[in-house]
This record gives sequence, C-alpha cells and structure tokens, in this order.
Amino acid sequence: MSEKELGRKWDRCLADCAVKFGTGLGLGIVFSVVFFKRRTWPIVFGAGLGLGMAYSNCQNDLRSRYVLHSKVAKYFSFEQK
Amino acid sequence: MLRVCWKGAHAAARQCVCGKVKAHPLQHCRRYTTAGDSGSTAGKIVAASLLTVGGGLGGTILYAKWDPKFRANIEKSVPYSDQLFEMALGPPPPPLVPLQKKPGKIEPLQISSLSEASKESKQPKAKAKKSDPEPVEAPPAVEEAPAPTPQTLEEASAEAAHIISAIGEVLSVPAPGTSDESPPGHTAAGEERKDHHEPALKERPAEEVSARLAQQDKAEQDALAALTAGLEESLGSSAKTTLQAIGAQEAALTAIATHTNKLKEAMDSQTHPDEKSTQWKALNEALSDRTRAMEEAEEALLKAKGELEILRGVINSAKQSKIDAARPQILAAEENLHSMIVDLDKVVTKVQTAQTEAKIVSQYSELVNEAKAQFQQELANITPEIQANWKGLSGKLSADDLNSLIAHAHRRIDQLNRELAEQRVREQIHIEAALEQQKLEDQKALERAVASALEHRREDMRLEQEKKVQEVREVMEAEMRTQLRRQAAAHTDHLRDVLKVQEQELHEEAQEILNSKMMEQETRYRRLTQEQLDTFTLDMNAAYARLKGIEEAIDSHVIAEEEARKAHQLWLSVEALNYTLKSAGADSPTEPLEGAVGVIKENCAENEFAQALTSALPEESLSRGIYGEASLRARFYDIRRLARRVALIDETRNSLYQYFLSYLQSILLFEREQVAPPVKLAPEDLDTFRLLAYATYSIERGDLELAAKFINQLRGESQRVAQDWLKETRLTLETKQVISLLSAYANAVGLGTTQAP
Repeated sequence: MSEKELGRKWDRCLADCAVKFGTGLGLGIVFSVVFFKRRTWPIVFGAGLGLGMAYSNCQNDLRSRYVLHSKVAKYFSFEQK
Repeated sequence: MLRVCWKGAHAAARQCVCGKVKAHPLQHCRRYTTAGDSGSTAGKIVAASLLTVGGGLGGTILYAKWDPKFRANIEKSVPYSDQLFEMALGPPPPPLVPLQKKPGKIEPLQISSLSEASKESKQPKAKAKKSDPEPVEAPPAVEEAPAPTPQTLEEASAEAAHIISAIGEVLSVPAPGTSDESPPGHTAAGEERKDHHEPALKERPAEEVSARLAQQDKAEQDALAALTAGLEESLGSSAKTTLQAIGAQEAALTAIATHTNKLKEAMDSQTHPDEKSTQWKALNEALSDRTRAMEEAEEALLKAKGELEILRGVINSAKQSKIDAARPQILAAEENLHSMIVDLDKVVTKVQTAQTEAKIVSQYSELVNEAKAQFQQELANITPEIQANWKGLSGKLSADDLNSLIAHAHRRIDQLNRELAEQRVREQIHIEAALEQQKLEDQKALERAVASALEHRREDMRLEQEKKVQEVREVMEAEMRTQLRRQAAAHTDHLRDVLKVQEQELHEEAQEILNSKMMEQETRYRRLTQEQLDTFTLDMNAAYARLKGIEEAIDSHVIAEEEARKAHQLWLSVEALNYTLKSAGADSPTEPLEGAVGVIKENCAENEFAQALTSALPEESLSRGIYGEASLRARFYDIRRLARRVALIDETRNSLYQYFLSYLQSILLFEREQVAPPVKLAPEDLDTFRLLAYATYSIERGDLELAAKFINQLRGESQRVAQDWLKETRLTLETKQVISLLSAYANAVGLGTTQAP
C-alpha cells in the first residue's frame, strides 16, 4: 500500500528523531558534564545536533524517491563491419 | 596600377569641381572621380565587350556560312543557334550523299558470257540442249544447218576460251574455223540466246535431246565422210594426172634430150652419108617424137593443172565446211597438192631448160643447114651442071671444074676467113650481147625460179603454219575438253550436293508432316479419353458432393448442438466467475479467480475468443483475486485525505518544510468535497484538489473508472501515494471488463446457437 508508506516514513522519522534527540541530549549532557564543566551549551548543542541529524535523516528519507542517482556510463563503441 | 589610379584620382581631385582639397572631401572627391572615371572606363569596357561579342557572333556566322559542318556542330552544341543561323543565313544545306561508285562494267561481253557460262553450268544439259536448236534457228545465215552441234561445241569452246581468257590462265586462242565469222556470230548467237533464255526455259526431254544429238552427230559424220571421200577422190585423180603429167613431162624431157643428141650427132656430120640419112630420118623421128611428147606433156600438164585446181577447189570447200575432223585430211591434201605442184613445176622447169637447150641446138643446126644450103647454092651457081649430091661426083669432075671449085673454095675460105676475122672482131660484141641476152634470160629465169621458189616457200610456210595451227588447235581442244570435263565434274558434284540437300529437306518435311499428323491423332485420342474421364468424374463428383452434403448437414447439426452445449457451458462458467466476484469481503480481496477461469478455459478450449479473453485477465486477479468496489471506495477516502496533505510535494519541493507547508495548505484550503467534472479537462483542472474533488464526485456516483482516470492525473507525491490504490482499481476494472465481455459473448453465443422451435 503506497498510502501507508508515507505513514511508515513519518513513524520512522519520529522514532529516529526521538532517538537522535535523546542520544544527542545524552551525549551533550555527558560532554557538558565531562568536558565542559556543566555548561548548557553542549547539551543544547548535542540536542540540536541530534535534532538536526534527525531532521536531515527525515528529509532524506522523505526525499529519497526524488533523488537522481547518476552513474558514469562506460564508453561503448560499436564498430560496424 | 591601383596606386596609379589613386594618384590620378588624387590629381583629379585637385582639379575637381567639388572645391577645396581637404582630407575628408578627398574621399568624397575620390568617390566622385572614381565614379566619373569609372563611368568612362565602364563605358569603354562596355563598348569593348559589345564589340568583342559582336565580332565573335559575326565571325561565327560567316564561318558557318562557309563551312556547313561547323554550322552543324554549333547548332548541336548551342541550343538556339539553329534559329539564329536560319535567320541569318537561311536553311542549312542538305547533307551531301556520298557518290555511289557503280562497279565498272569490265568487258560486259565477257561478264555476260561468264554469266552465260555460269547459267550454263547450272543448267547445262537443259540449256545446252535448248541452245542446240537455238543457234540452228537463230543464225542460219552464218552456220550451215548440218553442223549445229559443232557450232554449239565451237561456241561453247569459244565461250570456254573466253572464260579461260578471262581467268587469264591460257592465251585465248580463237577457235579455229571461227576466226572471222564466229565472234560476231557468237555474239549474235549469245545475244539471241540470252533473249531466248529469259522468256522460255523449257527443258527438252532427254530422249529427244539425245536423238537430236545423235542426229547431229550422224549428219556430221556423213558430211565428214562425204568430204573425205570427195577429198580422196580428187586427191587420187589429181595425183594420177599429176603423175601422168610428170611422166609425160619426163618423156618429153627424154624426147627432147634424144632429139637434141641426135641433132648434135647429125650436126657433127662425121658419119657415113648413108648413116647420115638414117641419122636424119632418126632425127626427124626424134623431132616428131619430141613434138608429140611435148604435146602430150602439155596436155598432161594442163590436165594435171586442171585437176590440181579442182583439188584446190575441193580443199577450199572442205575448209569452208569447217568440220574439225577433216582438218588433218585437208592439211594432208593440201600438202599433197603442194608437193604435186612443186614436182610439176620442177619437171616443167627441167623441160623448159631442155627446150632452151634444144632451141639453141636447133638454131645451131639451122644455121648449119643454112650455111650448107648457101654453100650448095654457091656451088650450084659455080658448077651448075653438078647435081645436088656432089659427093658422088668426085670422079667426074674436070680440071676446070676442079680449079673453079678450088678457086671457089679458096674464095670461100677467104671469105670465111674474112668472116671469121669479122666474126672474131664482132665476137666480143656478140659475146657481150649474148651475155647480155643470157643475163637477161638468166635474170628472167632467176626471177621465175625465185618467184616459183618463193611461191613454194610461201606455200610451205603456209602449210607449216596450218600444221602448227592445227597442232595448237588440237592442244587447245584437248585442254578445252579437260576444262569442260572439270566443269562437268564440278557440276555433277554440285548437283549431287543440291540433291542431297533437297533430299534432306524433303525428308525433314515429310517427317514433320508425319509428326504433326501423329500429334493430331494423339491429341484427338487424348481429348476423347479426357472427355470420357471428365464426364465420369463429373458424375462421380456430383454423387460424392451430394453424399458430402448430406454428411455435412448431419455434421453441422451435430456441431450446432455441440455449439449450443458449449455455449451453455460457457455461460454457466461465466456465471460462476461472476459469482466469485461477489465473494469480495470488506477489506479483503475476492477468491482467486483462477479456478473459475480455469473452468472456463477447460470448457472453451476451442473458443479462441474466450481463450483470448481469459488470457487477457491480469495475473494478479487470477492468483490473488481483486478487491471489491466498496473496499476500493472506502480506501479512496484515505487516499484523498493523504493526497490533500502532500499536495505540494513533488520532485522540486520535497523538504520537510514543504511537507509542513503542504499540510498547512490542506488544512487551510476550503473547497467542496465533490465537484462535478467537466466534459473536457482544461489545464487548470489538473490541480490536485480539483482532481480529487472530481474523483470523489465520480466515486460517489459509482463511476470508478472516471475516478481512476482523475487520480491518474495526479502528480508528485500525491501520485505516489495513490499509486497502489490506482493499481488495484485498474485490476478490478480490467477484470470486470473482461468478465463482462465474456458474459456478453456467452450471451451472444447462447443466443446464436439457440434455435427457434
């Protein structure tokens, strides 16, 4: 069902977003705690990173159908005798 | 050159009318001047070109007038030049016909004679036989009737001689006996023969011809025999007479000789007087003998001469008769004649010499007698009393008589001495006169002898020539004969060949006719048999056809029933298929149509249309079944919602932001859910929302097909979203279509096979 595909994509997207956000947040927290003296910015950065990645992934996933894949064609030469 | 012009222009510019010399106006001036210059030069150029063209044209026309070949060439190469030429010069001269050289008539007589000869060779027998009587009729004045064949033969020989001369192998010797008369006679005969040839060429039968030939041969033989007989006769008689004449002449000769001897003896007068009288008597006898012999000789000579003349006449007539076979005889006769003449002449000359001798002797005797007589007369004058015969008076003479006698004798002696002296004196003159006379006589005799010798020699020569001519003639004849024989042989060969060819031709003709007849017969026979066969076949065919018809009727009946059964079956199976369609659940597809379709296929294995239709069913419907309309309709609303939401997304716009925007659009856009679609779609109708509205309208009205069409027009993400639904709808529609066709077909077949009761 092609109509369900979109839904599926959105589901994936959301899931991915959540994961990435969480991971980013987590990593941010970690980094902030570990390296950056409990500043806020790594957390935000990490969360933003996560969100950004999720966004990009989502977009790519939704876009995936429209992207043109090009291939360099080999040079063929037909010699007619 | 250009610089010169430039400079000239420059100079001209200085003097030009256009005013001050400046850099700029120079250009203008230059333009003007070049224009002016160019004007004059252009004029010059134009004039020069016109002149050249005119000159060329004029020259061409003049030359064409002079040389027609050139004119023809130009007319060929340049398209409209012939009209120009015609205008300028008049029509072209007619083409010269090469002079036909007539073959020179080389000796037309020879050619005609050759053609004659060739014609002759082609039909020699016929024409020879034909021409045999022809020359007999034609030139009767020239030839004698009893010798036509020799004439023809001679003509033929003359022709052959002509041919030979034409070939140039042998010197053309005119046929003997045809020296003067034959050529004109031949030409006359040839022409006449030519005339006779063209009108009538009938062949005489062989027997007649051979009879004629035999006749002519016989005539010739007779003539020859007569001629020979005549010649021999005359020869014999002339020989006899000549011999007689010669004998007579010889007798005369001997007589003269004896007479002369006797005379001489008598003149000697040394014998006894008695003997003298006897001598004188004998002399007289001899004289009479001589005269008689002379007369006889004369007679005989005349006779002989006459006979010889007759012989000559006969020979001439024989010559005139012109029979070839007699020629040698004629020649022999001529020779004989000549020899006889020669002999006669010889004897005559002998006789004449003897005669002259005798004359001399007789003159001498006469003189002696005269002297004696004179002496006696003187004696008688002196001694008148003494009688004539003074010999017996020697004892009776007196002394006076004796003295007178002695004186007389002395006187006589003196006289004689004086005469002798005179004579001696005159001797020379006499001798000279006699010599002269003798010379004259000798001259005459010489002349006569020369003349006669010349005559004889001439005669000899003539005879020799005749002999030679005869020989040559014979050689020619032999050669002619060989040539004729060769010709005859060639002719027979040719005849043989022609006959062979003719035989072949006739044979072939006969064979052809035979073949054609056979073919005719065969074709007729074949035709008849074929006709019989045909009629029989027709009958058989008719019967068979009827049988076939009956069988077919039965079969068709069976078939019709079969068909009906099949149609029934088909209809039933289609109904079954229809029924399976109804087994579609709310969201689940129908049963796979395989079974029912398989049944149909089984039932209608021979039905191509049904087979085609069943094979046209899509695979999916067979294996998986199709969705019902209701489920599709329900699904459609989902599709619609989704499509509205992603209406903005396509290849160019597909970021997340666009997704958000398109969602926003779908929320904010208010429109009617169902819009009646127009009959024709305009481009602005291809908007997603519009299309969806049309599709909804169609769906609500139950027109799934139209809805599917509208959904097909979606583009972008909406299209992608609606793809599956469209596919399913297509499947369903296809299957439904095929099934409806099948049922229609089944109905039609059923209708078709139902027979009215």
